[in-house]
Amino acid sequence: MTTTEPAPDTTEEERPIGFGRLLRKEDPRLIRGMGNFVDDISLDGMLHLAILRSPVAHARIVSIDTSAAEAHPKVVAVITGEDLAAQGLAWMPTLSNDTQAVLATDKVRFQHQEVAFVVAEDRYSARDALELIDVEYDWLDPVVDVRTALDADVPVIRDDLDGKTDNHIFDWETGDEAATNAVFDSADVVVSEEIIYPRVHPAPMETCGCVADVERVSGQLTLWCTSQAPHAHRTVYALVAGLPEHKIRVIAPDIGGGFGNKVPIYPGYVCAIVASLVIGKPVKWMEDRTENLVSTGFARDYVMNADIAATKEGKILAVRTNVLADHGAFNGVAAPTKYPAGFFGVFTGSYDLEAAYAKMTAVYTNKAPGGVAYACSFRITEAVYLVERIVDCLAHELDMDPAELRLKNFIKPDQFPYETKTGWVYDSGDYEPAMRKAMEMAGYDELRREQAEKRERGELMGIGVSFFTEAVGAGPRKDMDILGLGMADGCELRIHPTGKAVVRLSVKTQGQGHETTFAQIVAEEIGIPPEDIEVVHGDTDNTPFGLGTYGSRSTPVSGAAAALVTRKVRDKAQIIASGMLEVSVADLQWDKGAFSVKGDPTKSVTIQDIAMRAHGAGDLPDGLEGGLEAQICYNPENLTYPFGAYICVVDIDPDTAVVKVRRFIAVDDCGTQINPMIIEGQVHGGLADGVGMAMMEMIAFDEDGNCLGGSLMDYLIPTALETPDWETGHTVTPSPHHPIGAKGIGESATVGSPPAVVNAIVDALKPYGIRHADMPLTPSRVWEAMQGNHTPPI
Amino acid sequence: MQVPAPFEYERATSVEHAIALRTQLGEEARFIAGGHSLLPMMKLRLANPEYLIDINDLDELFYITRADDEIRIGAMTRHRELLDSDLLAEHFPIFRDAEKVIADPVVRNRGTLGGSLCQADPSEDLSAVCTTLDASCVIKSTDGERIVSMQDFHVGPYETAVGDTEMLTEIRIPLKAGGGSAYEKVERRAGDWAVVSSGVAVWMSNGTIDDGRVGLAAVGPNTTSIGPVAEALRGAAPSEEFYEQVGEIAAANCSPQTDQRGTAAYKTHLAKELTRRSLRRAVARAQGQEA
Repeated sequence: MTTTEPAPDTTEEERPIGFGRLLRKEDPRLIRGMGNFVDDISLDGMLHLAILRSPVAHARIVSIDTSAAEAHPKVVAVITGEDLAAQGLAWMPTLSNDTQAVLATDKVRFQHQEVAFVVAEDRYSARDALELIDVEYDWLDPVVDVRTALDADVPVIRDDLDGKTDNHIFDWETGDEAATNAVFDSADVVVSEEIIYPRVHPAPMETCGCVADVERVSGQLTLWCTSQAPHAHRTVYALVAGLPEHKIRVIAPDIGGGFGNKVPIYPGYVCAIVASLVIGKPVKWMEDRTENLVSTGFARDYVMNADIAATKEGKILAVRTNVLADHGAFNGVAAPTKYPAGFFGVFTGSYDLEAAYAKMTAVYTNKAPGGVAYACSFRITEAVYLVERIVDCLAHELDMDPAELRLKNFIKPDQFPYETKTGWVYDSGDYEPAMRKAMEMAGYDELRREQAEKRERGELMGIGVSFFTEAVGAGPRKDMDILGLGMADGCELRIHPTGKAVVRLSVKTQGQGHETTFAQIVAEEIGIPPEDIEVVHGDTDNTPFGLGTYGSRSTPVSGAAAALVTRKVRDKAQIIASGMLEVSVADLQWDKGAFSVKGDPTKSVTIQDIAMRAHGAGDLPDGLEGGLEAQICYNPENLTYPFGAYICVVDIDPDTAVVKVRRFIAVDDCGTQINPMIIEGQVHGGLADGVGMAMMEMIAFDEDGNCLGGSLMDYLIPTALETPDWETGHTVTPSPHHPIGAKGIGESATVGSPPAVVNAIVDALKPYGIRHADMPLTPSRVWEAMQGNHTPPI
Repeated sequence: MQVPAPFEYERATSVEHAIALRTQLGEEARFIAGGHSLLPMMKLRLANPEYLIDINDLDELFYITRADDEIRIGAMTRHRELLDSDLLAEHFPIFRDAEKVIADPVVRNRGTLGGSLCQADPSEDLSAVCTTLDASCVIKSTDGERIVSMQDFHVGPYETAVGDTEMLTEIRIPLKAGGGSAYEKVERRAGDWAVVSSGVAVWMSNGTIDDGRVGLAAVGPNTTSIGPVAEALRGAAPSEEFYEQVGEIAAANCSPQTDQRGTAAYKTHLAKELTRRSLRRAVARAQGQEA
């Protein structure tokens, strides 16, 4: 266990040298509109690319006539799948080792699939010319309903794959089926429910896009791109397109939100690169809002049959689930290779079980590909929703208070590190204090009294509890890779002669505040104020290799790298200090920012003094090179396991079924806190996400496979008016294996909040005998549930 | 960024100029007012006008005034002005009720009453308000002007009585004694179109409803005024049981469709519940029981 103390609760104005509240270094730029996003990039002679997309979900392409588009005076090129096929570029690998069409050649497999692209002198002309391309389609029956995708008589979507005769992708299982069934067979109480997590979309404010610039003589490709993982993307381009890696530079400038949507490589990026390569000019491609919603990586889309077994006293014995996963037309799940269902295996939650088993079947449908994050930590959102919903169903059956039921079943502090029945080793946890704190902040007992009174009067009030354990910070690399790239991250620190510093990261902020928190990590370790530390990230030419920012892995992996590289620099600084103070290394003590002689604090040198000596003309201790810098690559020994207790209070108008989220209490434990203000901000954002998914967000399709969520008028995301004033709190249980004891926080709230909201709504509807209702709980769906007409959303 | 198809742009300097341009340019020309319906449709290429005639300089169409027995509102009056108008709030509080739940402040700063009515979206709030208040629309052309009731103004979803050489210039709302009005809306999220909304206006004397109207949005091809409701209201004495009955009449006379916003059954239920609520508040306001 680390000795690092929790961050002092400083104010934003105190400017701590190290951990504490600190206004974000990136904000002066961003809030003044001085950010530099991909669409701000404008190069001399730059052309614009627009993509023609399929109007239908499933059809054979009979012919494509591009002649009218080519005749448009401002059009430079029109490229079809056949053109790409001639270069061997019509197909590309997905992050899950499936293949995906860059441009369709044989048939289209989802509505809005990429069919052709136009490159023109300006964005308007490129878009206009799309209207001039004539495609003849031979319609095929679409496969829309995931439940019937494996039936014998449905069309085979992926007839491009050798020998493929059905729409099956993979089966996956975890846990011990026989042992679990045995526990179920002898249990007092078994509760079962079908629980659906509908398809949702990350919907970042900035859509995806890139500017590709291939320099004709050298062949150097510079790609400005909305990428959460610039290094991984560069290597994938090298492997796929055969471009020499040292001739590729990927730059992710400011990014307006990622949430997993900017992890995959999309056909549009490849099209822009090909266009620049062929034409010899820079080419920009930026999706519009509709393209982002209908074609890029969605999230969730799991139909989960859940069973829970318990004693009649409420001791949970086992959880079992059978999942049907809709992966769309190409398996584009972003997850480590050995984890086709991501980290869904943590569906055992925060409870000490005797047995657990999950089986999953993934299928193709005629829908957009993906299965990316949306702040889910590789499918933990689904896992936590499953267990927290079925535990509430159990509480309903046992007529037990859901908070009490959870408290009774938590893994105890002395059981950590705790190995779950599905093989995950939770590094540290102390669940009861977090739960008790949330209940105290909520005034839980008083809320239950109020609820009882209101029920007497026919008023509908609900209190929803959820408790989650996350698993974030992939690798270690031996277990976790993406397309063969081990999930580890580099970090490089250089102290300049005047004692200012630059730290270079392999990860990339999309709004998380890396430029602030990573400066604070370095500051904490070496005593240089954060404002004197420049954080460089997002440019493969200027940063060390690493796998990027998603799955809440920046602080657990790259944050550890930043701390350790700073310690490495500090060790060298100590040797230099020993020479400057003419004592042995062992006689020095470190007070943040300076080494002094033990027992004689007047004899000391600051890190700034040492930096100048490291670069100066004076002697250095024997055998020591000049300079003060270091580089490392950090390979985590385990994931970190943040957790939290959430309580949501809702009121429902019994006549209109309109749900109002009255209060939301979130107690998070992410171990050592680097910047509590940024943590709260991350939690606020995730909670808003959770309210959105629970109450309004869903990418729906009609029976022909047409996407019904193609605008933000159709795909609703919550506003300030739907969200209450968040009440946040924290406990601190450091990670024992992380150098500063920190765990990831970026996705905790998105993972933990949907079940709290749904549990609250279902709790409010208890007088109607309702035990479960599926998201999104719009007024109509709540009202239908109240009438006994609840229908699954898919 | 979604980009519209090519179009030409003219900026009108007077109503006469605007009508002349429209007459000259023909059916491929569209007026652009606040642009919060037309521009999104153009960006999605659902609307592809060849010409836009910008009427934002027509100061003569920005007003809310009282004539003898009616309130007159210029077609370019923006949501924000309708929301802020004390004159409207005094006589027709339904406007402020509705404006509070229309879109968001950014849209309300630009969007106009005339634009809202001409869009003729079946879910649009101000159309429901004007239907409720039995408003009439002044339509001008080079031949003069004609006045059309709300019932005749909307001829189908996204279709109005305004011809290719005409322009909506003013909305007139009759003033009668003893009036009270209210608007209730259910939406999935702030700023969304109505799942269903209901406006009610009543005119009362001596504790009896002399006359009354309801306007429902999102339950049919256009915002709907329901005749049987008006009939039931005429001469009625208000009571909770009566509000319930009127709600049931409203529900029985609408034809909503199931869509992403809700099932037909739910919308029918809302037609009843929201009409009941609006009626209750309209009566209270008519009786001076609520500011």
